[in-house]
Order: sequence, then C-alpha cells, then structure tokens
Amino acid sequence: MEVPILKQGAFLIATVQSALTDADLTGLRDAIVERVGRHRSRGVILDVTALDVMDSFATGTLRDIAHMTRLRGAQTVIVGIQPDVAYAMAHMGLTMEGITAALDLEEGLAHLSQGRPMSPHE
Amino acid sequence: MAMIQTDAQPQTKPTQEKTAKLLRELVAHLRQNRTQLREEWLRRIFQAQLLTAMTREETFAEATSVYDSYVEALETRTLEALQAYAQKLSERIIPRGVETNEVVGIVLLLRDVLARSLFAKYQTEGHLLNDVLDAYEPAANSIAITVAVGFVRERERVIREQQEAIRELSTPVLQVRERLLILPIIGLIDPQRARQLTEQLLRGIRANRAKLVVIDITGVAAMDASVANHLVLTVESARLLGAKVIVTGLSPEIAQTLVNIGVDLGKMNTVGDLQGGIEEAERLLGYTVVLSSEGAQA
Repeated sequence: MEVPILKQGAFLIATVQSALTDADLTGLRDAIVERVGRHRSRGVILDVTALDVMDSFATGTLRDIAHMTRLRGAQTVIVGIQPDVAYAMAHMGLTMEGITAALDLEEGLAHLSQGRPMSPHE
Repeated sequence: MAMIQTDAQPQTKPTQEKTAKLLRELVAHLRQNRTQLREEWLRRIFQAQLLTAMTREETFAEATSVYDSYVEALETRTLEALQAYAQKLSERIIPRGVETNEVVGIVLLLRDVLARSLFAKYQTEGHLLNDVLDAYEPAANSIAITVAVGFVRERERVIREQQEAIRELSTPVLQVRERLLILPIIGLIDPQRARQLTEQLLRGIRANRAKLVVIDITGVAAMDASVANHLVLTVESARLLGAKVIVTGLSPEIAQTLVNIGVDLGKMNTVGDLQGGIEEAERLLGYTVVLSSEGAQA
C-alpha cells in the first residue's frame, strides 16, 4: 500500500492511512529520501494519526527516515501519535530519541517554518 | 435457584411433607399476627437504639416491608426475591448512614420476635415444638445471612465508587496559559493511580494542544522505584505528543530515589518549585511578564 507524499512548498507531507507492512515502510523510507533530494525539501512531516499501533520495526524505520533526510538537508517531524500509542511506545522503550514529535500537522508545519536548530533533547 | 435449607440431613418423604406443612402453618400464624408482631419488633428496635438515622415513619415503613419479605421468603422457601429486596433496601438506607451492625441487629431481632411467638403458640404441644423450631431456625438463619450479605455487598460497592471519585478529583489537569498545562499531584501514588494520571495527562495535552506541562509533585512525599519509572515514562509519552514536561517540587527523598534508580537526568527537566517551573514554561512559550505602570491593584 503506497503512502501518498504531498509537496507543500519546501516541505514534504507523508500521511500514513492505515497499518503498513514492513515492505510498505521501507518503500516509504526510500521514496521520501529520494524526493527530498529531487525537490531540495528542507522539511518532512510524517503523519501517523491513523495508526493505532506502532511496533519496533515501524518506529525504527521512521527513525531511519529522520536520520537519512537530515543527512540530505531536511528536518523531519513526526505528528499525530495517539495517546495510547505514545504510552505503549514509551512503555516499550521506543522513544525515537533525537526525533522531533509534534501534536498534529499544524504544529508540525509551525515547527518546520520556524526553522529552529535541532537540539539533542527534541 | 437459592433454596432455604430446612435440615442438614436429607429428609425422607413423610418428613419433607411434615416440614412443608409446618412451615405453611408458621407462615399463616405470622401473617395473622402481623400487626402485633411488627409492633413488638419495632418496640425492640427503638429500645436497642437502632436505625437512629431514620425517622419513626421511615422505620415503620421499612419494617413493614422487611417483615413481609421475611414471611414471603419463609413461604416460598427461595431467596431470590429476598436478595433483590435486600439490594434495594441497602441502596435506600446506606445514604442515610445506616451501619452494618444496625441491619444485622434488626434482622436478628425480628428472628427472635417471631421465634418467641412460635414458641408461645406451640409450647403446649411439646412434641411439635421441636419440629417447628427445626423447620424455622435454618430458614430464619438463611434469611438473616442473605440480608446481611446483601447489605455488606452494597456498602463495598459504594466505597469503591467513592474511592474512584476521590482518585478523579485529586489529579486535575489545569490549563493556566494557552498551550501550558499544570498537573498538581497530591498524596500517595500507587501504580494504578500513576497509570491513570498519565492517561489523563495525555488526553489533556491533546485536548488543549499543550506544548508545555508542569507536573508538580510538592504534595508527594515519596515514591518507589516503579512509580518513579512511571514518571519518566510519562515525560517520554508527553514528548511523543509534542509536549515538553517540567517536573517541579521534588522532595529530597524523591531526588534520592531518582538518582538511585539511575534515571537519565538528561531526559528529565526539573525546576525546584512550582513558581520557578511556571516561569520557565512561560519563558519557553515566549511570554514576558511585566509589572504594569499602574502598580499593584490588590
């Protein structure tokens, strides 16, 4: 199932619609990294509002996306983690350290627009 | 179907019939003499100073329905209707402040009043008296137990409800500025309450779109390692919702606990007291608080 990736100015927005297979996740990762280079995007939003659950592979891949895009000059923000999902992730120790999280798309875009330098604690 | 026990030993058919016949006679007697027996019972209730929380009229009304349910249970030899009645009765009288000893007390008094009445009726027929008591006693005891257990169960249910309400009250999530929430925690935190706190906080962050949360634990004297770990977990969960947490008011004991369990202090933002925490949060949100040129108004 392909995740749609939309371009919004200097940013890319990928909205996950439903549970993704491992192949879908790696496909998403490769697609985003490629598009960041092609469009010279400086920000990426990964919207996971629709996800009821996030396992270690999913969080690992999202973390990879953030790291890889950073190497290509873009900051990534993950938005829309549900309260129950956040609790489960923290419980399992999947905290995605070094990755910025924001409440929703609006917050994520606001964060990217500010162009704040990333600190290790975000 | 809950049945009233009439004898410990299995009865032969003639004995069963005899018992059934006796019980029918007892029930008829208790119905016939309802007015006097109820009066006698009420007299004893007032004398024993039970049900003082209720007015005389209320006691009279409740006593009447208890009496009738009692006799009906003897007649039908089943306990369902009585259980249902005991439940409703308890729901009525518990809010009035009636205690367990009072409920058990009045049921036992009724048992005694009725037993004495039966004794008076059959005392000239000695051979029958034993059979009458054999039929009556187990039934009366089942009834007393049913009512007492029903009452205690309802009380326990009420207490659980109240505890739940107290839990909810004592952890409010308060918005003090746009995007800033305060969670003041007071008292003992057990693992269940800790979990509830986190859920409430995360829901509050989403509902208020909070970017900063100040969790104040001035009112918490101590916490064990599992609760301390849960606090860290709460901070991390909040971060995944885009909110930063500042913990304030750590007592020396709690500071010690956190160091002992090896909490990664880089993950935990702390400030000494609530005031400091709020000031820091406002600063991070971009607020500047100034004293107005008009001076203080209070």
